[in-house]
Amino acid sequence: MTRRLRSGVIVAAAASLLLTACSTATVNSSSSATATGSTAAATACPNFNLAINAWVGYEADAAVVRYVAEHQLGCKVTSKNISEQVAWQGFATGEVDVILENWGHEDLAKKYITDQKVAVDFGPTGNKGIIGWYVPPWMAKKYPDITNWKNLNKYASLFKTSESGNLGQFSDGDPSYVTNDEALIKNLHLNFKVVYLGSEAALIQGFRTAEQQKKPFIGYFYEPQWFLSEVPLVHITLPPYTPGCDAVAAKIACDYPPYTLNKVVSKSFADSNSPAVKLIKNFNWTNDDQNLVAKYITVDKMTDDQAAAKWVAANQAKVDAWLK
Amino acid sequence: MPRLRNLGRGWILTASIVVFVVFRTVWSGHWNFPLDRATLTPFHTWLGSLMDSVDANRTSNPLMANIVEVLRTAISNFVTMLQQLISEPAPNASYPFIGWLGVIAIVGWVVYATANWRVALLAMVGFYAFGALGFWTESMDTLALVIASVVIALLIGIPLGVLAGLFPRVEQVLTPFLDFAQVMPTFVYLMPVALFFLIGPASATIVTLIYAVPPALRITAVAIREVPIVTVEAGTSLGTTRWQLLRKVQLPQAKRTIVVGVNQTIMAALSMVTIAALIDAPGLGQVVVSSLQKLDVGTSFQAGLAIVVMAIVLDRATTAAAERVERESTGHESRRQWRRPLLAVGFVGVLIAVYLSHTYLVAAQFQGEGSIGVPIANATQTAADWVQLHWGAATSAYTDWVSTWFLNPLQNALVNAPWFVTAAVVLVWACTFGGRRLALVAAGLIAVLVGTGLWSDSMVTLAATFFAAAITVIIGVLLGAWMGRSTIVDRIVRPVLDAGQVLPAFVYLVPFLGLFGATRFTAILAAVVYAAPASVKLIADGVRGVPETIREAAVSAGASTWQQIVKVELPTARHAIALATNQGLIYVLAMVVVGGLVGAGGLGYLVVAGFAQSSLRGKGMAAGLAIVVLGILIDRITQAASRPRERAEIGATH
Repeated sequence: MTRRLRSGVIVAAAASLLLTACSTATVNSSSSATATGSTAAATACPNFNLAINAWVGYEADAAVVRYVAEHQLGCKVTSKNISEQVAWQGFATGEVDVILENWGHEDLAKKYITDQKVAVDFGPTGNKGIIGWYVPPWMAKKYPDITNWKNLNKYASLFKTSESGNLGQFSDGDPSYVTNDEALIKNLHLNFKVVYLGSEAALIQGFRTAEQQKKPFIGYFYEPQWFLSEVPLVHITLPPYTPGCDAVAAKIACDYPPYTLNKVVSKSFADSNSPAVKLIKNFNWTNDDQNLVAKYITVDKMTDDQAAAKWVAANQAKVDAWLK
Repeated sequence: MPRLRNLGRGWILTASIVVFVVFRTVWSGHWNFPLDRATLTPFHTWLGSLMDSVDANRTSNPLMANIVEVLRTAISNFVTMLQQLISEPAPNASYPFIGWLGVIAIVGWVVYATANWRVALLAMVGFYAFGALGFWTESMDTLALVIASVVIALLIGIPLGVLAGLFPRVEQVLTPFLDFAQVMPTFVYLMPVALFFLIGPASATIVTLIYAVPPALRITAVAIREVPIVTVEAGTSLGTTRWQLLRKVQLPQAKRTIVVGVNQTIMAALSMVTIAALIDAPGLGQVVVSSLQKLDVGTSFQAGLAIVVMAIVLDRATTAAAERVERESTGHESRRQWRRPLLAVGFVGVLIAVYLSHTYLVAAQFQGEGSIGVPIANATQTAADWVQLHWGAATSAYTDWVSTWFLNPLQNALVNAPWFVTAAVVLVWACTFGGRRLALVAAGLIAVLVGTGLWSDSMVTLAATFFAAAITVIIGVLLGAWMGRSTIVDRIVRPVLDAGQVLPAFVYLVPFLGLFGATRFTAILAAVVYAAPASVKLIADGVRGVPETIREAAVSAGASTWQQIVKVELPTARHAIALATNQGLIYVLAMVVVGGLVGAGGLGYLVVAGFAQSSLRGKGMAAGLAIVVLGILIDRITQAASRPRERAEIGATH
C-alpha cells in the first residue's frame, strides 16, 4: 500500500535535489542582467504596437524594425497579427501604432489620415511595389510572345481547367488584395475567367505546381515577394498605366499603377518623443534587402529574430543611418 | 399499411426529381439570380453601413463606451492574468510566474485528483510533449485562452442550461439562438466581434465563447431533464422547496452529464484556436496560420500535432473525471485508503515544483525545446514534397475527371435551375418527410435565402456540400461496417479519426493544394477529412448495436458475410446511417468557409472576402446568413427523414 507513496516521495525528492544541485542559474539572476539594460531604456522608449500583415515581405520589414528597436533602442514592441484593413481600424482605437508596408489604400488613407486625423503618413519604405499578371518561367520560354497581353487569347485554351469551363482560368489569390482583373479581362476582351483561389497560399502553390509539372498557369502576383526568389515568375505587359486610367473601376483597361510603399503611424505615436519615432520615419531599404530577409525566413526557416539579426549584422551602416 | 406509405414516399421523391430535371432543362439559366463578385444588393450595402456606424460611434456611444468597453477590459485582464501565470512574462519579469515544471506538476496533480493516475500520467507526458514539439509558450498561450473561454462559457452555460432544463419555455426561446451560434461560420462573426471588442485575446475569447456556450447549455439542460421523475417526485412529496430540490436532488443527479458537457465545451473551445488566430489570438493557431502563409507544411503539422495532443489530454482527462463522478455517485468507486495521503504529499510536491519553476532557470524555461518536433517537421516536409512531386500529375487528372463527370453536372443543375423550381422540390420534400409544419418552416428559410441576394452562390455551395456529404457517407458505411464488426480494426482506426477531427484544417490544406490545385475538389476533400470521422463513428456504433440474435439468425440461415452486412446489418443500422448523413452534411457545411480559402468559390469565398475587404463586408455577412439558412434547412429535412417512420406518420396526420 505504501509502496507507491514511498516511491512517489523518493522521486519528488530526487527531482528537487537534482534541480537545486545542477542549476545555479536562477530566474532572477539571469533576468537581472538583461533587466538593468532595458529598465534604463524602458522609460525612454515606451511600448508601441506594430501591425503585422500576412505577407512575408511585411514580416521581413517588421522583423528588422523590431530587432533594431528592441536591441539598439531598448524599446518594447508588441506585434499584432492582423489583416491590412483591420490594421487601419486600429489607429482609431489605439490597438495599432505602426503599419510598416502600406499598399495604396487611398480610401482608408482618406478616412483615417484626412478625415479622422488619427493616422499620419510617415514616408516611403524604399520598396517599389509592382502588381500585375504573371506566368511561370517555363511558359515564357516556350511561348515567348505570351508576355504581351495581345497574344493571350491565342493561348487561352491552354489555361482551361475544371473550374473555368470553356474559358482560360485566370487565378486570383487573397481576397484582401487590390485587383482589377475582372474588369481588365472584360475590357480587353480576353477569353479568360477569373477564378478566386481564396488565399495567397493557394496562389503560390498553384504557380509552384505549374512550374514543377510544366502546366499552364496565369495569375495575379506582386513584387517584392519571397516566392520570386524560388520561381522567377515572368511579368506580362498590359496596356501601360497612365494617371487616371483607373478612375472608374468597371472601365479599367490599363496596367496596375506602380506602388510606392509607405509607412503609416498613429497620430499619438507620431507626436510622442519615443526614439522609435525616428527609427520608423527613417526606415528605408531596397526590394533586394527585403527579399533577402524574406528568404532567410521562408527558405532558410529562420525565426524572425534570427533573420533580422543576420541582416543587421551585415548592414549596420544602413541601420545607423535610420537611427541618426 | 406502412409499406404502401413507403412506396408513396418513394414515388413523390422520384417524381419531384423528374419534374426538376424537366423544368431545369426548359428554363435553364432563367430566374436563377446570378450576381457578380463585386456587385452589392441594397441589403448588402445596408449591412455594410450598419457595421460602419458601429465603427464610427465606438467612443461616442454610451452603450459602447460603458458596457462593451467594460466587458472587453474585464475579459482581456482575465486572459492576461492567466497568460502571465503560465505563458507570457509579466511586464517587468523575464519568465511567466510558473515555469514548465510547475505547470506539469499541477496538471498531474489535478488530473489525479479528479480522475485517476493513468490519465494523470498521460496528461503529464502530453504536456511535456508540447515543449518537446517546440511550442511550450504557444501551447500555454492556447491553454490560457481555452481555460478563460471555458470558465466563462460554463458560467453562462450551466445556469442557463439549468433554467432551460427546468422550464421548457426557456428552452424554446433559447433553441433558435443556439442553432444559429453553432451553424454560423466563425469567419462571419470574426469581423463584427473584432469591431466591437477590438482585435486580441478579448475578441478571441468571445468568438470562442459563441461556439462553446451552446454545448455546455444544451447538455446541462438534458442532464437536468434526465433526472428520473420518481426521484423528483419523492423530493417534492417530502416537502422540499424548489431551490432545495434543485440543489440537493437534481444537480447532484445530473452531475455526471454536466461533466460530459464540460468535455464538449473544452473541445469546442479548442477547435476555435486556429480561426481565432486570425484576429490575433495568441498561441498555436498563430503558428499554423503563419506557416500556411509560407506554405511550410512541416511546421504547420508540428504545431497541429501539439493541438491534437492537447485535445487528447483534455478529452481523456475530462472523460475520466466524468467516469469517476459516475462511479462515486453509484458507490462503485472503492475509496482507497492511500489516495488521500498521496494527494496531500503530491500537493506538497506541486508546491515545491512551482517554487522551483518560479526560481530556477532550468525549471522555468523548457529544456530541449523542439527536440522531437523539428525532426517530425522535417520528415513531414520531405514526405509532402515527395508525394507532390510523384503523384501530382495523376492527382490533378483525377481532379479534372471528378469535376467533369460528377461535380459540374450537379452544380450546373442547381445553379441554372430557376429558383422557384428548386424551391418547389425542397418544399415537396419537406412536406413528405415532416408534414405541413416543416414545409412552412422551409418556405420561410427559402424566403430568407432569396432575400440575401446570393441564390446562385448558395447553389454552388449546396452542390459541393451534397457531393462532399455523399463521399462522407460512403466512407462512413464502408469503414463503419468494418469497424463495427471488428474490435481490433476499431481500436486501430478510432485514434486516427479522433485526430482527423481535431487537427486544424489549415494543416492539411497545403499538401492538398499541391496535389489537387486550388479547386472545388480540394475544398470537398478538406470537408470530407473533417466530416468523415463523425459519420464513421456513428455507423460503427450502429452496426455494433445490431442485436446478436438477429446476426445469429442470419448465420444459421446460411447467409454469407457479404449478405450479412448488406441484407442484415446495414438495414438494421439504417437509423444510424440516416443520422450519419445528417451529421455529415452539417459537418461539411461547417467547412464551407475554409473551402473558400482554397478555391471552392460560392458562399465560402464571399465570407472570406467580406472578412478581408471592407467594401465587401456587408456581402460577407449576408453570405454567412445564407450558410446558416442552408444548414438549418438541411438539418431539419434530414432529421425529419431519419426519424422512425411511426413518428413521422403521426406528424403527417396532424
